Amino acid sequence: MQDLRYARASSVAEASRLLADGGPTARVLAGGTDVIVQARERTQKISLFVDIKHIPEAVGVGGAEGGGLTLGAAAPCCHIYDDASVRSSYPALVDATSLIGGTAIQGRASLGGNLCNSSPAADGVPPLIALGATAVIAGPGGERRVPVATFTTGPGQNVLEPGEFVVALEVPAPAPGSGVRFLRFIPRNEMDIAVVNVASALRLDGAEVAEARVVVGAAAPTALVVEEAAEALVGRPLSQESIASAAAAARAAVRPIDDMRGSIRQRRHLAGVLTERTLRDAARRARGEEVASHP
Amino acid sequence: MSSRIIVSAEINGEPTEFLADERDSLLEALRDRLGLMGTKEGCNNGNCGACAVLLDGRLVNACLVMAAEVDGAQLTTVEGLAREDRLVPVQETFLERGALQCGICTPGFLVAAHALLQEHPRPTEEQVRYWLAGNLCRCTGYDKIITAVLDAADRTDVASG
Ligand SMILES: Cc1cc2nc3c(=O)[nH]c(=O)nc-3n(C[C@H](O)[C@H](O)[C@H](O)COP(=O)(O)OP(=O)(O)OC[C@H]3O[C@@H](n4cnc5c(N)ncnc54)[C@H](O)[C@@H]3O)c2cc1C
Ligand code: FES
Ligand code: FES
Repeated sequence: MQDLRYARASSVAEASRLLADGGPTARVLAGGTDVIVQARERTQKISLFVDIKHIPEAVGVGGAEGGGLTLGAAAPCCHIYDDASVRSSYPALVDATSLIGGTAIQGRASLGGNLCNSSPAADGVPPLIALGATAVIAGPGGERRVPVATFTTGPGQNVLEPGEFVVALEVPAPAPGSGVRFLRFIPRNEMDIAVVNVASALRLDGAEVAEARVVVGAAAPTALVVEEAAEALVGRPLSQESIASAAAAARAAVRPIDDMRGSIRQRRHLAGVLTERTLRDAARRARGEEVASHP
Repeated sequence: MSSRIIVSAEINGEPTEFLADERDSLLEALRDRLGLMGTKEGCNNGNCGACAVLLDGRLVNACLVMAAEVDGAQLTTVEGLAREDRLVPVQETFLERGALQCGICTPGFLVAAHALLQEHPRPTEEQVRYWLAGNLCRCTGYDKIITAVLDAADRTDVASG
């Protein structure tokens, strides 16, 4: 392990100060499942860990004022999928948090860390975007809010300025008639990085699609909101044909790479398949049907 | 520069203070500072589960926790599973079923399986396999491990284990 110091912040102000004073090599320590590995492998110079898990706002999971859900940025996956309101109203968050790593990773890994690590394949990001989540950011300049959809700017890159960190993620209350589903493809059932992942959100007004959002991950430098897929769905009844058009739009929109996990061709194909499957499940959830996170 | 720190934690039921380097992982502190060698290092990057411990009751990999982070916390390592001379059910069934060969993965499996049975006293085989997906074994082919865990779940005293 490289030579580094550890500091425990107990308030948002203290964490901001520690990060600002620590300069560019000071790093937030949330669950540590990415950053401890990076510090050990010396892929990045890190001189200070600022542990934010003792800041109440950064670890709470619960109802927000005026409806919706506030997730502490450092709340571990296990607290998210164990939460009764998450299970009943935000099942797409259960889909994602229960497949990040295995049980021991889920005991630590947070959605704030998943977002701030800014991997194109991050499994927490597409569902947060599909749900319309916002990152609450604190820093030397005070507090600001950035939609998760525009937070990540490239592989490993995001909008955070020096001294800033994400305190919480705000998820709006689900609209009546809405449903969200997240699925990923990996060569085995657990413990691997997504070849492609997709989150889809639908709001139905009777048989007709009133709103739709399709978000494809691991198939471009950042998670991709496929506007053309939404256009293929909105304003008409959900049908075999409209779902197929949305899938075609997703296949056309992705800009994947070839690597050891999958080829460009396979990723393009998967983007279509997972778009179809997530849309079907999102519609079932929108109609109040139970869709289990995992088989 | 990192420096020496004093960490206080309850380890296997005992209030414990130890000296660590600020950059030590919990795994390094357990093995090198506290002599608790049951917790193993396999990959040192979160993939194998050989270093599994319970931190405030939750299953975590000790190689992905800083020693400094456990100040004020409660820890259970494989050494803390058995009470006096009484093994917990998974330890018994691992022995009876011969669910190990070289044994390097065994402490991690025991801690993880024990945590599973505390949370889900009657898991299905699928639940067992998912829960243990973060524990790797290069020797046994897993079947004996899964059978041992399911056997342990059948023992009536599991919930009190
Ligand atoms: C074995 C293994 C399996 C994994 N499987 C998956 C998987 O299936 N899917 C997946 O998406 N990921 C996976 N990961 C990666 C990792 O677990 C996730 O990205 C996780 O969500 C990171 O969260 P964390 O709390 O551990 O972040 P940390 O490691 O604490 O932090 C990650 C990065 O974000 C920064 N950071 C953290 N929180 C904040 C904040 N609130 N504000 C500002 N910056 C912050 C840190 O400084 C660091 O740069 C896996 C990792 C391992 C080791
Ligand atoms: S040594 Fe910690 S998971 Fe492998
Ligand atoms: S018994 Fe050898 S690795 Fe499991």
